[in-house]
Amino acid sequence: MTTELLIWLIPLPPLLAFFLIVLFTNRNKALSHTIGVGAAALSWIGSMIVFARALGVHELGKEPFHSAINWLPTGETWLKIGVLIDPLGAAVLFFVSITIFMIFLYSVGYQNFGQPKGDHDRAGLPPHGATVTDEHGHTHTVPSIEPMYSRFFAFIGLFAFGMYTLVVSDNLLTLYVGWEIMGLCSYLLIGFWFAKPSARAAAIKAFMTTRLGDVFMLLGIAFLYSATGTLSYREIFTEETLHVLAATATPILGLSAAGLIGLLLFIGTVGKSAQWPLHVWLPDAMEGPTPVSAMIHAATMVSAGVYMVIRMFPLISAGWTEGMPLNPTMSIIAFIGAFTALFAATIAVAQNDIKRVLAFSTISQLGYMIAAIGMGAYVAAVFHLITHAFFKALLFLGSGSVIHGMEHGVYHTGNHKVDPQDMFNMGGLRKKMPITFWTFLVGGFALSGFPVITAGFWSKDEILADAFANGHLAIFITLALAAFLTAFYTMRQITLTFLGEARTEEAKHAHETNWTMTAPLVVLAFFAVTYGWVGIPEHFPVLGGILPNWFHGFVGSTLAEEPEALDFSWIPLGTSLFVAIVGLVAGWLVYRNVEKPEQDKLQFPVLKNKWYFDELYDFLFVKPAYWFAETFVYKWMDQGVIDGILHAFGKVTGWMGDNIRNYIDLKVINEFVGDGTGNVVKWTGRNLRPMQTGRIQQYMLAAMLTLIVVGSILFYFLAA
Amino acid sequence: MNFINSHLLSLILFLPSLAALVILFLPKNEAKLIRWTALLASLIPFALSVVLWFGFQSGAIGYQFEEQYTWYAAINSTLHLGVDGLSLTMVLLTTLLTPLAILASFSISDRVKAYMMLFLFLETGLLGVFMALDLLIFFLFWEVELVPMYFLINQWGGANRNYASLKFMIYTMGGSLGLLLGIQLLGVLFGTFDLVAVTEKWTSASGSLLGFPIESVKTVIFWAFVVAFAVKVPVWPFHTWLPDAHTEAPTAGSMLLAGVMLKLGAYGFLRLVLPLYPEQSAHFAGALAFLAVAAIVFGAFAAYGQTDFKRLVAYSSVNHMGFVLLGVAAAAKAVGTLDAHIALNGAVLQMFNHGLSAAGMFFLVGVIYERTHTRDLNDFGGLFPLVPVYGGILLFTSMASLGLPGLNGFVSEFLVVRGAWPILPVYTAIAMLGLLFTGAYILKGIKNVLHGPLNEHWSHGEHKLTEINAREIIVIAPLMALMLVIGIWPAWILDVINKAMMMLF
Repeated sequence: MTTELLIWLIPLPPLLAFFLIVLFTNRNKALSHTIGVGAAALSWIGSMIVFARALGVHELGKEPFHSAINWLPTGETWLKIGVLIDPLGAAVLFFVSITIFMIFLYSVGYQNFGQPKGDHDRAGLPPHGATVTDEHGHTHTVPSIEPMYSRFFAFIGLFAFGMYTLVVSDNLLTLYVGWEIMGLCSYLLIGFWFAKPSARAAAIKAFMTTRLGDVFMLLGIAFLYSATGTLSYREIFTEETLHVLAATATPILGLSAAGLIGLLLFIGTVGKSAQWPLHVWLPDAMEGPTPVSAMIHAATMVSAGVYMVIRMFPLISAGWTEGMPLNPTMSIIAFIGAFTALFAATIAVAQNDIKRVLAFSTISQLGYMIAAIGMGAYVAAVFHLITHAFFKALLFLGSGSVIHGMEHGVYHTGNHKVDPQDMFNMGGLRKKMPITFWTFLVGGFALSGFPVITAGFWSKDEILADAFANGHLAIFITLALAAFLTAFYTMRQITLTFLGEARTEEAKHAHETNWTMTAPLVVLAFFAVTYGWVGIPEHFPVLGGILPNWFHGFVGSTLAEEPEALDFSWIPLGTSLFVAIVGLVAGWLVYRNVEKPEQDKLQFPVLKNKWYFDELYDFLFVKPAYWFAETFVYKWMDQGVIDGILHAFGKVTGWMGDNIRNYIDLKVINEFVGDGTGNVVKWTGRNLRPMQTGRIQQYMLAAMLTLIVVGSILFYFLAA
Repeated sequence: MNFINSHLLSLILFLPSLAALVILFLPKNEAKLIRWTALLASLIPFALSVVLWFGFQSGAIGYQFEEQYTWYAAINSTLHLGVDGLSLTMVLLTTLLTPLAILASFSISDRVKAYMMLFLFLETGLLGVFMALDLLIFFLFWEVELVPMYFLINQWGGANRNYASLKFMIYTMGGSLGLLLGIQLLGVLFGTFDLVAVTEKWTSASGSLLGFPIESVKTVIFWAFVVAFAVKVPVWPFHTWLPDAHTEAPTAGSMLLAGVMLKLGAYGFLRLVLPLYPEQSAHFAGALAFLAVAAIVFGAFAAYGQTDFKRLVAYSSVNHMGFVLLGVAAAAKAVGTLDAHIALNGAVLQMFNHGLSAAGMFFLVGVIYERTHTRDLNDFGGLFPLVPVYGGILLFTSMASLGLPGLNGFVSEFLVVRGAWPILPVYTAIAMLGLLFTGAYILKGIKNVLHGPLNEHWSHGEHKLTEINAREIIVIAPLMALMLVIGIWPAWILDVINKAMMMLF
């Protein structure tokens, strides 16, 4: 099979799985998950083959795997769509396929496959547990299987299809198709337990917030398409086209066409990758089942946003070369990224829900990548995208495992008031759940940038080094501060969850989850460590040069001009070592003896309430939109003004009809003309009646008088 | 076979009416017989339309399958029929939706005979507009098709049917007065009503007419035409008859009303307004775009403000048809350019797509209304577990209506936006607000019907909600299949549209 054909086929198995499960196998849970996981495995194998072949190509950046077909007829020409795997695509495909496969496998255990049916479970609500009687006659409550188990695999299958489509696309249009399909799936999956009003609201919020970004992105695509006549990356990223785009002025903010298109597309990313000010949907998205959080926040959807700006980097940076001051679009991107990185980190410090901490850390880490691409640190952005996908998927799946373990405890004690996601109900889980603990520790350290051994250190350090080397001091300081907070809240999370002693009865009875959940943790932990080693900078003290910096060379070759390797400087390295270590130690020192939320001195209301952005948006946009729709447009404009005018026409017409009838028809025609004529005749008749006396003499007299009168008239006229 | 080929259009056009006359002689109490006769009779025009589709040479110039019969010799008006890529697409849509609407009406048990006859007459009326190549014939069918629809709403409609049917009838007829005068003027001027001849002579006409400069006359008649078609589309602010008529009409009536009848207005813009008044269209393109964008934005907001499920869907038509007019406005402004062709491709495909998704949505609203006898969104809630199949179908159709990439609506909306952007950037940008709120009202519908805590009223006892049945699935399945096929592989239909647009403009 040719590599190109194989690339076309990669997205199809999960799509097929979606249709098979929805149409045929949804009653059979085992068959459904076999199809789902099997499809993920097939796509993974395909991706690995493509990746391996990509490694074997000399200068893949110049000669990528590419194939396209005609799709839309537009006048004399066709809009083509196709597949493309260049170094960036290959690197992204690698992590996407692994994380997706692992998440599918994990879902089998997470959704309680093999457990009995719940006593009162119904579709649309999370399973509540089942009562079983063992051979000694004791009854126990155990976790019950998800009632919509098959549907879950169908949805994540469609989700995976969307992500694969996005990655293998050679053009913005099919990228957008995959992008929106993921948007739909995130809606369906965040609202998977749709009977919960909170899940339902979160799903709508996620869809609408990302769609706000998407409509701008659609404009950007339309703009780019009309300006260049194509949407294919390879045709847009030619020197000539980029030059024209950079030289064309637009009336908006003094941006060039390239800059404006880049900005419009970037707004799509702001929505999808939950950057400030469109970050509000992501924390609420935690309503979905945990594997979904891992899908959305690590492997796929949020990565897609970053991937898209990285893809569009040649356009965004058109006319810019390394060392020059950033162009306006890049400055905006860098600012939003850096600001979001710090902003979200401050909120994460005050969250008590184990998944919400991770949600805000995701927003923050995505900010790093966005800041990096805004500064022109192309390779560093890709590097952090990939390492983050591994360790954040790991952390989310780990947190799901913790929640599952805690639910065991809850079923054991029967106290359903205990929130299995609240970290203050945990503690000491390292003994109960060793695999989860050790892998979570790896993930947490990677997130904190624990020096040298974790992947997160290498990628984050590269971003900081880049910011420093190019003189973006403000960004450097912001990101360093955010890195400190990251290490701090991560250690807080680890300390509260795993270290110390169990704070509740439930935590004492938590136990390790089964292999389908722990195996993915181990695999992801492996990559969370080792993936950093493929990108160690050449000039790094001691370690530099032992392993070649494969990543820089490989991914860098995607661009027409491969970026230069940075000179080494101790200042960023020292900073990143310092913030990681001090943050971790501080997190442990502050929280090792904390027992209750009240002892946590950092839970400022403003942080706990996420700087009140939800309330602000509700006041500024949501409520006015509803008022505008219901009261202004519908009640006032349509029913009041427009229908008012119509009804007025109707009334005037009716009034005219009435008047014509009452005053012309009835009065003039009926009474005056019609009845009047009759009356006159009647009156005349009545008055003439006395003449009919019956006396012959009178008749003779009348006849004679008539004769005389008529005779005289005739005589007068005829004789004269 | 030869006869069929040479009379294909008149067969498609008149077979439904013929069938209606056959039904007239069927016994009134044999409801089953009448229903099946109507269904089978409406399937024949569909089959013939498929023959028409495959027999159509999309590359050939001009109209095909032309037929011409003497009709009103004294004023030189003939029954001239013919199709090009534009009308062919609409004919296919009409003959596809009619059998589905008839099948959807199998649950009607009140005066089945009259109902089915009206439906078949309606089909003839609608098809006639798309096939007519003679202005008088065009106008004739334009008015004829109102009558069956009036009675369908007035006799089989909801609680407020008298108001709705009257508003529908009067508004559309009132709007067409100018159209009639305009057509008569053209007929008197050129001594023929033949579309091709009139177009040629009228566009090249110069000098003065009735003592006025011809440009002023053209402008006046241009607006008369625009108003007639704008009422039908409907374009904001002429749209308020639509939510009433759609909401009160019986389910199948709404399917055809939204699916086909609104297309008549858009078709009028493409068939008559742009070809007859290229200069006026270009001059007033900004005004048209303004109305289009108002329809898109206000339509979306008004839909979002509804608590009646059917009204919500009705307003979504205003929103979606706005994109058709936006494409038309863009094309009017920059006739002959690549951007204009793309915008027109999008507009025509949007007409077809809206036919599928609006008919589907109205049908699904009807399915649930038949079972619950309420359309109030607040009366539902959490029905998904009770009716999983219906829920899945509703989600799918809603997403097609929302314009989700991978389904049909996206392709056409993308093309319109792409085509309109370089020509009318500001209007296109504002239209995005409507696109955003399309999401809002679609999700509102799903939220209130399928999601959320279950309304126990529907879960047991005599009110227990039953799942969508096999007949209803057969109605919706072809629509869903087409939505998916056009979303994934639009070229089969877009190629025909594209070639037609290249030849027309």
